[in-house]
Amino acid sequence: MLDVSGLTTKYGAISALRDATLSVGSGEVIGLIGPNGAGKTTALATIAGLLSPSSGTVTFEGADITAEPPERRLRAGLALVPEHRRIFVDLSVRENLKIGGATVPSSDRGELLDEMAERFPVLKDKWNVSAGYLSGGEAQQLAIARALMSRPKLLMMDEPSLGLAPVLVDVVFDLIVSLREQGRTMLVVEQNATRLLDVADRAYVLRSGEVVADGTGAELSARDDLFDTFVGGAQ
Amino acid sequence: MTELAQNLIDGLGRGSIYALLALGIAVIFGVMHLLNFAHGELITIAGYAAFAALSQGWSWYLVTPLIVVTAVVAAVVIEFVAFRRVRGASDFTLLLTSFGVHFVVSAIFLLYVSASVKTFPRPQWVTNTYSLGPLNVEVFDTVVIAVTALTLLGTTLLLQRTMFGLALRAAAEDFDTARLMGVRSNSVIRGAFALSGLLAGIAGVFWLMRAGNTVPNAGIDPMLKGVLAALIGGLGSLRGAVLGGFALGLAEVLLRSRLPETIAGLTDGFVFILIALLFIFRPQGLITVAHAERV
Repeated sequence: MLDVSGLTTKYGAISALRDATLSVGSGEVIGLIGPNGAGKTTALATIAGLLSPSSGTVTFEGADITAEPPERRLRAGLALVPEHRRIFVDLSVRENLKIGGATVPSSDRGELLDEMAERFPVLKDKWNVSAGYLSGGEAQQLAIARALMSRPKLLMMDEPSLGLAPVLVDVVFDLIVSLREQGRTMLVVEQNATRLLDVADRAYVLRSGEVVADGTGAELSARDDLFDTFVGGAQ
Repeated sequence: MTELAQNLIDGLGRGSIYALLALGIAVIFGVMHLLNFAHGELITIAGYAAFAALSQGWSWYLVTPLIVVTAVVAAVVIEFVAFRRVRGASDFTLLLTSFGVHFVVSAIFLLYVSASVKTFPRPQWVTNTYSLGPLNVEVFDTVVIAVTALTLLGTTLLLQRTMFGLALRAAAEDFDTARLMGVRSNSVIRGAFALSGLLAGIAGVFWLMRAGNTVPNAGIDPMLKGVLAALIGGLGSLRGAVLGGFALGLAEVLLRSRLPETIAGLTDGFVFILIALLFIFRPQGLITVAHAERV
């Protein structure tokens, strides 16, 4: 479904992502792990179109989307739950969801809103509350629900458990599991590598902007040279 | 007491026009971080359109929609020709571009029309007044206040109830994330300029009705009032801009009527002193916007 080939993204003279190649097949849940500053967020932001790569290509369902702006990529079916959630704090919970569904026909939007209300009871309780008043866990659920409103074919999540209390981390991972059971294709970035490998089909390990390994959770956990990746996840 | 009530009505009338101008400036600042010093040019352009139509014998009933449409079209064209090229550049570049637009528009009218003042007839009722108890109320102020109230109500509904309004508010808060939601940057920015043109057009109708003339640099005065009001309100806050407009209008009217006659001509100077004092005690303006310093 998604093929990333030789992707390099620079901030000025520094390459945050170097010659990265990865792919996500339909129905797969793929993890992207690695220590802080490994280029995980840069990779997702480049795939989503927020950053322009200096070389390499991003292909989605056979179409080269490397030069497309983020709004077109979303229409193609590629949604990103950004790092730090970035919910719209001036908008209500309901309005955040509505804008998430900006690209779906308005006749379907009501149904999607009902679906989210059912799936995320904590959001339903705060439907008309300004999103700035949500707790971290609620805000994360809103960010994911907002991305689901566009009916994405591929859902990308950047550090969905970051900064959450352990009980809320469970909520987020339960959600990932339930989305996987529905057959949703996902590309998830996490520092919590061990947790992620439990729910992912495969994962790529990034270090200093380069993909240094890939494989199933069992394969990656067995490799001694990736120890720091998992220790990083325990922080 | 009567005098104060009279001042309040006069101030509201004056402040209404400022509020509409400031709101247009705040809308653009919200989505683009552009402090648009070319905002007054919309009134200059609309003013020459009004002059041309009125000298052809058009009535104000036809000139009024002409002014509004001209301002909207001019705003969208200016965005496309000038601001689209520098989108994403630094705030300073955007600011300089807006000055550039101001000078280019003034120069075009100076070169191809005339440097002299072009006068046109004002509608008869502009100077009419009626009595409201002890007060002497201008028909003009009444119309301005009523139309402004309706415009603000309409703008609120647009922002709160429509998908465009939602996209505009989301983009004003976090443009990149709005794009991740599929909000098209071109559409939302063009829409913001059209809205700001509409607001400037409505303000422009009243501005031109009262002025009865236009010159190549006619945009400076409305631009200054709008920018000041937006700054007073706290740039980026739409409610603040409206509030700032009314505050500026009231301050001008109160000062003009209370200052001794010998220095009443210095009203603008005293207004600036008041604004300076406001910024010493509340540098963020009347309403604080948490995300105004994004980017």
